[in-house]
Amino acid sequence: MKVIEIQGDPDDFLSGQIALVDADGIRKETRLDIVDRWPDLGDYLIIHAGFAIHTLDPQEAETNIRLMREMAEKVEAAEAVEQRT
Amino acid sequence: MKYLDEFRDQTLAEPLLKELRRSVTKPFRVMEVCGTHTMSIFRSGLRTLLPEEIELISGPGCPVCVTSASHIDAILAMAELQNTRIALFGDLFRVPGSNGLSLANASSQGAKVDIVYSPMDSLNLARKYPEELIVFLGVGFETTTPGIAATILAAKNSALDNFAVFSTHKTMPPPLLALLDDPELQIDGLLCPGHVSSIIGAGAYQPLADTYKLACVVGGFEPADILQALILMARQIANGEARVENAYTRAVRWEENSRAQQMVRAIFKTADMEWRGLGVIPESGLAIREEYSHYDAERRLNIKLTPATEPKGCRCGEILKGKEVPSQCPLYGKRCTPGNPVGPCMVSSEGTCAAFFKYTQ
Ligand code: SF4
Ligand code: SF4
Repeated sequence: MKVIEIQGDPDDFLSGQIALVDADGIRKETRLDIVDRWPDLGDYLIIHAGFAIHTLDPQEAETNIRLMREMAEKVEAAEAVEQRT
Repeated sequence: MKYLDEFRDQTLAEPLLKELRRSVTKPFRVMEVCGTHTMSIFRSGLRTLLPEEIELISGPGCPVCVTSASHIDAILAMAELQNTRIALFGDLFRVPGSNGLSLANASSQGAKVDIVYSPMDSLNLARKYPEELIVFLGVGFETTTPGIAATILAAKNSALDNFAVFSTHKTMPPPLLALLDDPELQIDGLLCPGHVSSIIGAGAYQPLADTYKLACVVGGFEPADILQALILMARQIANGEARVENAYTRAVRWEENSRAQQMVRAIFKTADMEWRGLGVIPESGLAIREEYSHYDAERRLNIKLTPATEPKGCRCGEILKGKEVPSQCPLYGKRCTPGNPVGPCMVSSEGTCAAFFKYTQ
């Protein structure tokens, strides 16, 4: 889910560390107390029980989708070769 | 949710399946540690699509299922207390204690029980019911504990007095070590849990790979994630390798999530813990530290755990050790169904028996 607003201070647990995230227009708050890397606006968060646990920058998110796609394509290409031989 | 849909894509799964079939050179047995994997493998129909050389065994990764009967009894005893309100994640609601009754029964008889989505929600309950003690049931593995630690800290910081946690928190590598020491359990690979690993880091499985010569692959929960993990595992096994690989890089790094782990270590300390079916495993649990004993329901309510018997006939212990499948349990599908569960395996939506029942009947 994409981060659109951040409140609080990464070093101050008293500050109420919260991100507003958006997924297809649905917005909700998630806690940032235990996230592995403090997010920037536009990053993606993986959320568990109301807490963000992992931050991905947009590039990482895209790379992951691309890797999976490439993997699929490579396999298809290999098959095409097999069929020809 | 566009991002997630990409991973659910069927057109992605088919080529991955083909690659998996190509990578498998000999039969092997994989334990999927995590209940969420078990569920996803059934729900997506993967179980029937996989090459028959791959045997999948479900492991101890459903926190509800591994909660011992004596802990359930203690929870039910707390629910009976005046001025106490139990807050919990949903699954535990219907798990019967040793007398056959569950929190659901207690609730219908007037006990105050609230299902929450996040542990932080129980702080809202504490504000709403100042005259009650809100007891949050801390049941879960590494993924769940940091949020609960953060909630205890938040309660302290906002001077909320009427909130406590009953901790049956468990940690992941110790039960795996206990299982793997059992010579009867012959497995070649571990499908390591995605979310737990995002907290402890993929590196945490290195000792397992080294000691037991196991191919350990961390996998996500979408069908394409699971297939990708199984491809890596099949390749390792074909090449006679046993190492840790991460097929879930979008959520898991090699290193631990140190912010989360620091939070956990600040509030909890390791403790011996009783597991259903596995008995007491040294240092496999987390107890609340002395400094935060005010937030420890066990101390605050003076809860004593008493040994409890498992439901009669229930084979959960054997199932959780990967030694039996649900249909070997005499109660399966007869006295024990998702609508009327006898053992926790059938209650939890991630339980092996529930998954078998839902998808193979
Ligand atoms: S079928 Fe029911 S009683 Fe048997 S092992 Fe599963 S949960 Fe336990
Ligand atoms: S009870 Fe069933 S689902 Fe739960 S851990 Fe045991 S085997 Fe897995």
